[in-house]
Amino acid sequence: MTPELKGFIVLTVVKMLVVFTITLVGVALLTLLERKVSAWMQNRRGPNRVGYAGLLQPAADGLKNIIKEETLPDEANKILFMLAPLLSFVPALMLAAVIPFAAPLPVAFDFSLPVLGRFVHDGLVPMVVADLPVGFLFVLAISSLGVYGIALAGWSSNSKYSLLGGLRASAQMVSYEVPLGLSIIPVILLSGNVSFGAIITEQQTGLWYVLPLFFAFFLFFVSGFAETNRLPFDMPEAESELIAGYHTEYSAMKFSMFFIAEYANIVTVAAMTAALFFGGWDIPFTRWDQTPGLPQTLASGLFMFGKTMSFVFVVMWVRWTLPRFRYDQLMSLGWKFMLPLGLVYVMLIGSAVWLIENMLGVGSPVTRGFLLFGLNLGLGYLIFFIIDRGHVVRGSTARPEAVH
Amino acid sequence: MTEIVFYILGAAAVISGIACILQRNPVSAALWLVAAMFALAGIYVLLNAQFIGAIQVLVYAGAIMVLFLFVIMLLNLGRETSDIRRWPALMAGAAIAAGLAAPLLALRLYSPARLASEVSGSPVFGDPGAVLSQGAAAQGLAESQGVVGAIAGPLFQTYLVPFEVTSVLLLVAAVGAVVLAKRRL
Repeated sequence: MTPELKGFIVLTVVKMLVVFTITLVGVALLTLLERKVSAWMQNRRGPNRVGYAGLLQPAADGLKNIIKEETLPDEANKILFMLAPLLSFVPALMLAAVIPFAAPLPVAFDFSLPVLGRFVHDGLVPMVVADLPVGFLFVLAISSLGVYGIALAGWSSNSKYSLLGGLRASAQMVSYEVPLGLSIIPVILLSGNVSFGAIITEQQTGLWYVLPLFFAFFLFFVSGFAETNRLPFDMPEAESELIAGYHTEYSAMKFSMFFIAEYANIVTVAAMTAALFFGGWDIPFTRWDQTPGLPQTLASGLFMFGKTMSFVFVVMWVRWTLPRFRYDQLMSLGWKFMLPLGLVYVMLIGSAVWLIENMLGVGSPVTRGFLLFGLNLGLGYLIFFIIDRGHVVRGSTARPEAVH
Repeated sequence: MTEIVFYILGAAAVISGIACILQRNPVSAALWLVAAMFALAGIYVLLNAQFIGAIQVLVYAGAIMVLFLFVIMLLNLGRETSDIRRWPALMAGAAIAAGLAAPLLALRLYSPARLASEVSGSPVFGDPGAVLSQGAAAQGLAESQGVVGAIAGPLFQTYLVPFEVTSVLLLVAAVGAVVLAKRRL
C-alpha cells in the first residue's frame, strides 16, 4: 500500500467514526425531541423526570430496551423474524455515508508509525464518508431496500395485523418511490450531474433549487414522508387499525431497531432535502464559504446541521398536526395526483430549460433560476386557482355553511 | 486487489443463486435472489459501471423483487406439495440443466487465446483481470462525461430509435396486462 492510500484510509475511518457516532447519538436525541415537540404542540411538558429537563430520557429508554425480554412468537419464521429489524436498520444507517455535511477541508499530514509505516495526505478532503460518482442514485437504491425490513417483519411474525402492515408498507413504498424518483429528475436537469458535490456547487453559484424547482421540492418532501412511513402516511403501523402494524410482535431491542431506522430515515430525508433544494452546506448571501479552510468547514457544517434540523422539525410538526390518510386516499394521492404532476413537471422544466438556453440565450444560472421561478408561480396559480378552483388554499373558514 | 473482490462477489452471486433455487420457502428464495442481485451490482461497480450497479439495486432489488415479495405474501404460499411426480420432474430438470450447461462447458474447452482470436477485440475469457482492465478504459469515458453521461450519450443519441421502440414494446405489454386483468374497463 502506498503512503497516500494509507492516508486516505485513515481519513475515511475518522470520517466514518464521526458520522456514525453523530447519527446514532442524534437519533437517540431525536426520540426525545419528538416527545418534546409533541408535548409542546399539545400544551404539556413532555418527559422531564430523568436528568435535567428529561435530557437523559433516551439513555433510560435505551437501557430499558436492552434489558427487556425478547419475545419470539412460536409460529414465526425464526430466521427472518430476527433478520427483519437488521434489514431495516442497516440501509437506514448506510445512507448517512453519502450526504456531504460541510465544505471540503484542506488537510496535509505526513507521519510514520512503527509497524504501519508512512501516512501521507495533502489536499482537499470532501466532508462526506463516500464521495460516490453516482451520488443520490445510491440513496434511492439503498432507501428502496428499507421496505424489505418492514415487509419481512410483517410476514415473518405470522400474525394478521403484522401481515397487513407489511403488505401496506410494500405497496405504499413502491408507489411513492415513483414520484420520489420523478421529483429528482428536474434537479438533474438543472445541475447536469448526479453527484451531491456537483449539485451543491451548482446551487452555490446560482439559486437554491427550491426557487426554480418548487414543485419538485414539494413532491420530494411529500414522497419522503411516505417513504419514511411517518404520519400522515404511517399506514403500515396505524395503531388504531392494526395495533402496531408490522412491529406488533416485536419487543425490546428488536423493536427499538425499527425506531432507530425510522429516525435515521427522517434525518436522511431532511438532509437530502437540504442538499438537493436548499444548497446543502452553502451559507446564503456570501461567497466566503467557497474558499476552503477550517473556519469555513465548521461554519458550513453548522449551516447544514441547522437546515437538516429545521426539516426534521417540519416532519415532526406535520406528524402532530395532520390526521392519518385513509389507505385508498393515500394510493390515489400517489398515483392520481403526484405521479401526473411529476411527469408534467419534468416535461415542463425540460422544455423551459431548453427554451431559456437556446431561444432566449440566457447563460447565467441566476437569471435562469428566476425565470424558472416565474414559471413555478404560473404553474402554482394554474393548479390552485384554476384546476382546483381554490378549494385547498381557501381553508375551512371560507367553506359554505352546512344546511341546517 | 480488484480480483480478490471480484472472486468474493462472484462466489456470493453463485452461492446465493444456488440457495435461491434450493429453498423450499418462496419468501426465502426471493430473498436469496435479492442477495444474488446485490453481488451482481457489486460486480458492475468493479467494472466502473456504477450507474448500472445503482440501477440494478434500485430497479431489480428495490422495486421488482418487492413486488414479487408482495405477491408471494398475498398468495401466502405454504410448503405445498407439488402435484408433479418427483422423479420425472427431476429427470426433466436435469436434462434441461445439462442442455444449458453444455455450451458453457464447450466454451471452457476453448483456449483463451483461440477465443480471443475468434472474437476479435474482445477480452481474454476466463481472466477477470482482463475484463477489469476494460473497466479501467471505461473509467476514462466516465471521467470525461460523468458516470451517467457515458450511458446517456449512446442511449439517447446513437441508439435512440431502438430505445424508443423498446419503450413502446413495454407499453404494449403494460396495456396488455391491464386488459387481461380487468375484463370490464
